[in-house]
Amino acid sequence: MWEQQVAFSVLALAIGSAAIGVVRSRNVVHAALFLVVVLAGAAAIYILLAAEFTAWVQVLIYIGAVVILFLFGIMLTRAPMRGEGSRLDNDQRWAAVVVSLFVLGVLIALLVDAFGGQDIHFSHTLVNLGRTGSVGRDIFRVYVVPFEVVSMLLLAALVGAVVLARKD
Amino acid sequence: MLQNAWLVPSLPAAAFLVILLFGKRAGKSAAWWGITAVAASFVASCVAAVQWVQRVDDATGTSNGLAAFTKGVVTTNDVHHVVKPVTESVTWWQNGAVKFGVGTYVDGLTVLMLVVVTLVSLLVQIYSVAYMRGDRRFTWYFAALSLFTASMLTLVVAENTIQLLVGWELVGLCSFMLIGHWWEEPENSRAAIKAFLTTRTGDIGLMIGIIVLFFTVGSFGVGATNLYATGAGAHHDLLLAAAVCLMVGIIGKSGQFPLHTWLPDAMAGPTPVSALIHAATMVVAGVFLGARLYPVFFNGFSIASGGVNFMALIGGVTIVIGAVLAFVQHDIKKVLAYSTISQLGYMVMALGVGAWSAAVFHLFTHAFFKALLFLGAGSVSHSAGHTFDMREMGGLRKPMPITFWTFLIGSAALAGIFPLAGFWSKDEILVNAGANGFDAFLIVGLIGAFLTAAYMTRAVWLTFFGEFRGHGHPHESERLITGPLVVLGALSVGAGVINAAPLGLEKIKDWIEPTFAFPVVGHAAFDYPKAVLSVGIAVVAIGVAAYYWYRNAERPLLSGLTQRSPLARAGYRFLVNKYYLDDLYEKVIVGGIQGAVARATYWFDQHVIDGVVNGLGRGTTQLAHYTYDIVDQRLVDGAVNELAHEADQAGAELRRVQSGRVQRYALLLFGGVGILSLALFLTNTI
Amino acid sequence: MELNEFLILSAFLFCTGIYGVLARRNGVLVLMSVELMLNAVNINLVAFSAFTKNVSGQVFALFVITIAAAEVGVGLAIVLLIYRNLHSPDLDEVDQLKG
Repeated sequence: MWEQQVAFSVLALAIGSAAIGVVRSRNVVHAALFLVVVLAGAAAIYILLAAEFTAWVQVLIYIGAVVILFLFGIMLTRAPMRGEGSRLDNDQRWAAVVVSLFVLGVLIALLVDAFGGQDIHFSHTLVNLGRTGSVGRDIFRVYVVPFEVVSMLLLAALVGAVVLARKD
Repeated sequence: MLQNAWLVPSLPAAAFLVILLFGKRAGKSAAWWGITAVAASFVASCVAAVQWVQRVDDATGTSNGLAAFTKGVVTTNDVHHVVKPVTESVTWWQNGAVKFGVGTYVDGLTVLMLVVVTLVSLLVQIYSVAYMRGDRRFTWYFAALSLFTASMLTLVVAENTIQLLVGWELVGLCSFMLIGHWWEEPENSRAAIKAFLTTRTGDIGLMIGIIVLFFTVGSFGVGATNLYATGAGAHHDLLLAAAVCLMVGIIGKSGQFPLHTWLPDAMAGPTPVSALIHAATMVVAGVFLGARLYPVFFNGFSIASGGVNFMALIGGVTIVIGAVLAFVQHDIKKVLAYSTISQLGYMVMALGVGAWSAAVFHLFTHAFFKALLFLGAGSVSHSAGHTFDMREMGGLRKPMPITFWTFLIGSAALAGIFPLAGFWSKDEILVNAGANGFDAFLIVGLIGAFLTAAYMTRAVWLTFFGEFRGHGHPHESERLITGPLVVLGALSVGAGVINAAPLGLEKIKDWIEPTFAFPVVGHAAFDYPKAVLSVGIAVVAIGVAAYYWYRNAERPLLSGLTQRSPLARAGYRFLVNKYYLDDLYEKVIVGGIQGAVARATYWFDQHVIDGVVNGLGRGTTQLAHYTYDIVDQRLVDGAVNELAHEADQAGAELRRVQSGRVQRYALLLFGGVGILSLALFLTNTI
Repeated sequence: MELNEFLILSAFLFCTGIYGVLARRNGVLVLMSVELMLNAVNINLVAFSAFTKNVSGQVFALFVITIAAAEVGVGLAIVLLIYRNLHSPDLDEVDQLKG
């Protein structure tokens, strides 16, 4: 059990500090790279929880596609690459700190109150649950209608993005 | 029909949709669709009424109610039979364990209101065909009228308070649309907004009252609420809170003091709309609410124990305030508007003194003669050059005989002259107020009766007697206008018979007054001295008023007196009804011819009685001006304006929050979410 | 392992995302912060999936990932449009949303 605990601690530390890096970095490209760390860490957490398929999807789509999109976005908007950090944050920074810490406090209090002392039991059933086969069965049996709806949504988003970004 | 009462509001609602969608293409015939729908509703309502009467008679053991009614048979079985209302309900939506139903709750009060609303609406719509001819939004007008009727009917048949609130708000919306029908003139749209906002102020009270009732009773159902309020375990303090809140709603909707200011302004709408608002739909909604949830008020205000209560007090104050204000208006519609305020005060006061059936009876009769008076005023204006200013009328008795006679009947009914409809209902209110131990309100009611008779005399005098002071050539209106007037005139004469106690007819008590979930209220026997007193007061008031305005009309125009004198004297004689002032008049003439004693009497007449009469008239006018200027314009309007100003200031302060910056909004959003979560968390853990 | 460890990590990630959304001026960075929040939700879903031994949580996470991809596409298009119209990717230039 302790191996998982150690792995989790390392991952949590990496994800937490990289997340702070995303929101505090003075360089937009650095922020995007910190985001990669967070996303990869999340994928590792999924593997820790035996959610194999989800982890690979996370790596493929997030790190493979979304981050690339972000880099394109940074280039196209000519965001400042370094320095000029003050330009990246607005004037309500301290209010944002207060609000986010407040929400964090409320969330933690709530979670401790609701789920304190409950454990996740790692077992063979859990490993079987995360296999591609079982996830696929669930998607195409139980959630086939939402799946099709999501495909429509993707199409709409594609068309929408083209229409919005087109130059004319 | 009792089970299928939903049909009654559905027909005008369907007509609204049809006119809205296809009206433009149909043009003028669209009006007749609405009329057909409301006529069908009227027939359905009548069927429902007959079935209800049979249901009551089956329960009480009377063989045939209608036959007994026509024969005037007295039913004197005092055994308390319970006739349950016919309730139909389907679940509208459900939230947790609470079901929100929509349905119909049909009892005597419901069928009475159904008949009144559909009948008045039918007549108003027929009248409107002629009155609104050539209007640029003709079809829209009829669509709105249909929706207005449908909303009111929804309110009337409502099975629960949520449905009642929906109908209530729809009525408010429709009145807003119709008052502002000619919105091109800013004055009209201002009046519409004023009406809407003022009634909304009261609606806040209504909403809070409904919520309080829900948490007290555990249900929105009308039947459940009334059952709870009449039960032994009812929580009196909560009912008091609910009753006060609901009363605020009634004050707003039914134009009670101090929220009455919107009603006179609402005259900006077309005249048939005024008739509909004042007689059958908008303002009686408040009184209807009071009657519908009467056990709540009865228990909450402890009406059974006598003494002054909030409801009776508001009603009493409104009677006098409204009636006094009616004296200073030059606009004939405003006179009628203040008169409505005053009459609604009677109804609310009647509810407040425990005279339920008297209040409903007065609502019933008032609907007919007030609709008649408004439609009559519209007819007058139609022919007298589209003005409502009574200074530009006068002498219309000759060219407009039908309008004149029907208006006169309506005024006499309003003044409570025997044996017209208004007499029976007003008298019942007064008798019951006295019998239930509310002597102060009996006196207020008598003062109101005096004032009512006087200002109606003034209105009739200025409009129909003397010489025509306006422009154009007055002529009688066409059939579509006079037809409804005649029908309403007949009803104003005869409608009172339904509860004419001396004839042994107390059908409001027998048929309409609920026997299920209803507090025990006393019914005073018909009281001849009081009846004679109230009629006497009305007659004296007519005489004084006629004399005063007759004299004032003569003074500036001494020439031509002889030509006008017989004409004026004929009207004068008719108005005083040959009572007290008739004798005085004789004495004036006789005293002028005969000897010293007679001359002394003459002097006495001229200086003392004349002085008293003139002083009384002048005093009333002064008081009315004073009340209008100080109380109405400064106090009430001032308070309302101050509130609006405060709201404006608060808005200006809050405007700064609206920076337009999305992230500022997001900050507030997340902060709010955090606070709400914390509140939920704390309330659930502690 | 305790369920709460995952949930609190997720809460931390979520609140970092909130901070980024509120405090970042650059539109691209705001979108990145939104991604942080979405990932927090995904960790939550997967953790509960393991806790309840039910695969639905993972399926939901997959849907969220898909929708996140669509959101980034449209979001970046909007930022691009803002940049093109206002010659700056900064969101506080966009303050027309007021009366």
